Amino acid sequence: MTPMVIAEEVHKSFGSNHVLRGISLEVAHGEVMCLVGPSGSGKSTFLRCINHLEKINSGRITVDGTLIGYREHAGKLYELKAREAATQRSGIGMVFQKFNLFPHMTALENVTVGMVRVQGINTSDAQVESKKLLARVGLAEKLYHYPAHLSGGQQQRVAIARSLAMKPQLMLFDEPTSALDPELVGEVLDVMKELAASGMTMIVVTHEMGFAREVADSLVFMDGGVVVEAGKPVEILSNPTQERTKSFLSKVL
Amino acid sequence: MPSTNHEPIKAVPLRHPIRWAVALFLVAISAAFVVDASHRGAYDWKAFAQYIFDPRVVKAAGVTLALTALSMFFAIILGVSFAVMRRSPNPVFRAVSWLFIWAFRGTPVYVQLVFWGLLSTIYHSFFIGIPDIHFHNFYLGFHQTISQQFSLFWIAVIGLSLNEAAYMAEIVRAGLLSVDSGQEEAATAIGMSWWTTMRYVVIPQAMRIIIPPTGNEIVSMLKTTSLVTAVPLVTDLYARTRDISTETYNPIPLLLVASAWYLFFTTVLMIIQYFVEKRFARGHSALIAMAS
Repeated sequence: MTPMVIAEEVHKSFGSNHVLRGISLEVAHGEVMCLVGPSGSGKSTFLRCINHLEKINSGRITVDGTLIGYREHAGKLYELKAREAATQRSGIGMVFQKFNLFPHMTALENVTVGMVRVQGINTSDAQVESKKLLARVGLAEKLYHYPAHLSGGQQQRVAIARSLAMKPQLMLFDEPTSALDPELVGEVLDVMKELAASGMTMIVVTHEMGFAREVADSLVFMDGGVVVEAGKPVEILSNPTQERTKSFLSKVL
Repeated sequence: MPSTNHEPIKAVPLRHPIRWAVALFLVAISAAFVVDASHRGAYDWKAFAQYIFDPRVVKAAGVTLALTALSMFFAIILGVSFAVMRRSPNPVFRAVSWLFIWAFRGTPVYVQLVFWGLLSTIYHSFFIGIPDIHFHNFYLGFHQTISQQFSLFWIAVIGLSLNEAAYMAEIVRAGLLSVDSGQEEAATAIGMSWWTTMRYVVIPQAMRIIIPPTGNEIVSMLKTTSLVTAVPLVTDLYARTRDISTETYNPIPLLLVASAWYLFFTTVLMIIQYFVEKRFARGHSALIAMAS
C-alpha cells in the first residue's frame, strides 16, 4: 500500500526567510508521527504545507496518492481552483494550538457547521452525527455551551470533534496542548490516544515527549528546516545519534 | 486561624450632600423650564397640535424616512464593497477604494449635495452605446439628458449614499480587521470556501463591531437628510415644515413639529439597534458574564 503522506524535497520560504530546506518523509496508513524540534525549526510550517494553508516553493506533497494544491497534466503543474483546494482540505483535519473555535457558535454548532456548509448534509442528520462525536471526546454534557464557557481542554476537544466531523483520512495537530494549563493537557492527549488506537493517521507537532514515546509509531526531529533524525520514538529518545538531537532532548526531557 | 465569625459589617454609610444638592438643582431648573414652556406663547402648542399630523408633514416625514433608508441601503452595499477592495490583493482595487474614501470623506456633505444638484449643468446628457454610429437619425444606444433621467429625489439619494459609503467602508474595514486570522484559517482548514468563510464565520463576528457605529450612522443620516435642500430637494421633513411656516409666519411650532418627528424616528431606531446588538453579541456576552 502506498503511504498516506509522501513529502519529497519540500522547500518553503517567507521572503528571504528559507524556513523549509528540503523535507522528505513518508507517513504510512494508520501511522502516528510526532514532529519535534526547537521553535522556528519549521515543524508548524511543514504541517501547514500538508493541507495547503501555505504554498510550497518546490518539491511535492501527496496525501493518499493525490498531489496537494496542484493538478498534474502532461508533466505540467496547474494550480487548483479555490473550490478544488477546499475539497482537498476538507479531507485533512487540522487542530490548532489556539483551538480557533468559532466563538459565536455553540459546541454543537462548531461541529455541525462544516458538515452542513461544506458537505451539504442536512442539519438534523449533522446534529445526530455531531452529538456522537462530542460524546466521543467526552463532551456530551456541553453541547449548547459557547466556547467562552468551556475550559481550554474542553475547547480543544471540541476542535478535534469539529475536524473529525469532516471524516478526514489524516489528522494534523499543531502543538495541540501548548496553550493549555498543565492539568488540562491529559484530557486532550487521552482523546488523541483513543483516536490513534482507532487507526487514524496522525501527524503531531508536540513538545509532549511522554505522548511521543507512548503513542507515536515514529518520531522526526527537525531543526533549521531539515529533518535531522527520524526513527522509532524509543530509540531516538533514549539513543539520539545526532549532536543537535542530543542537545535539544537534554533541554526538554 | 480562619475566622468563623461571619457578622456582616454594620457601618454608617458615607453621606453625599453635594451630590444631592446638584441633583435637586437640576430637577428644579428642568421643572421650571417645562412649566414655562407649556405656557409660553411663542411655542404655540395649539399650532404644534394642528400641524404635527398635517398630511403634508406626514408625507414629508415619509420622504425623510425613504431618503434615509435608501441612502443607507446603498451606502452599506458600497461600503462593504470598498472595505473588501481595501483588502484585495489587487493594488488597483486598493488604490481606487482609498481615493474614493479620501475624496468623499474629505469634503462636506453639503458641498457634495450642491455638486450633485449641478450634475445636469456639468454633464448635460449621457449616452450608453457605441458613439457616432447612427441609423436613420436614431442613435444606436441609450441617450438621455440628466434631468430627464434623475429626479431630484434620486440625486439626493446618490449624493447622500456616496458620502455615507466612505464612512461605512471604514466601519466595515474595522469590523473585518477585528476578527482573528485564526478564524479564517480554521474555516479554510475544514474546507470552507472564501465566501462560506465570510458568510458564516467572519462577517457574523465582524457584525458585533460593525453594528453599533452603523446604528449611529443611520441616526446621523436621518438628520443629514435635512441638508438635501442643497440639491435642491424640498419635499423632506425639514424643508416642508419650513415652507409651511413661511406661509403662516409662525416658524417655531413647525420647528417643534419637525423635531418631534426626527426624535420619534431616532427613538424607534435606538430600540431596533438594542435588539440587533443583543442578537450579534452571542458567545461574546457569555464571555463578559464569565469575567464579571
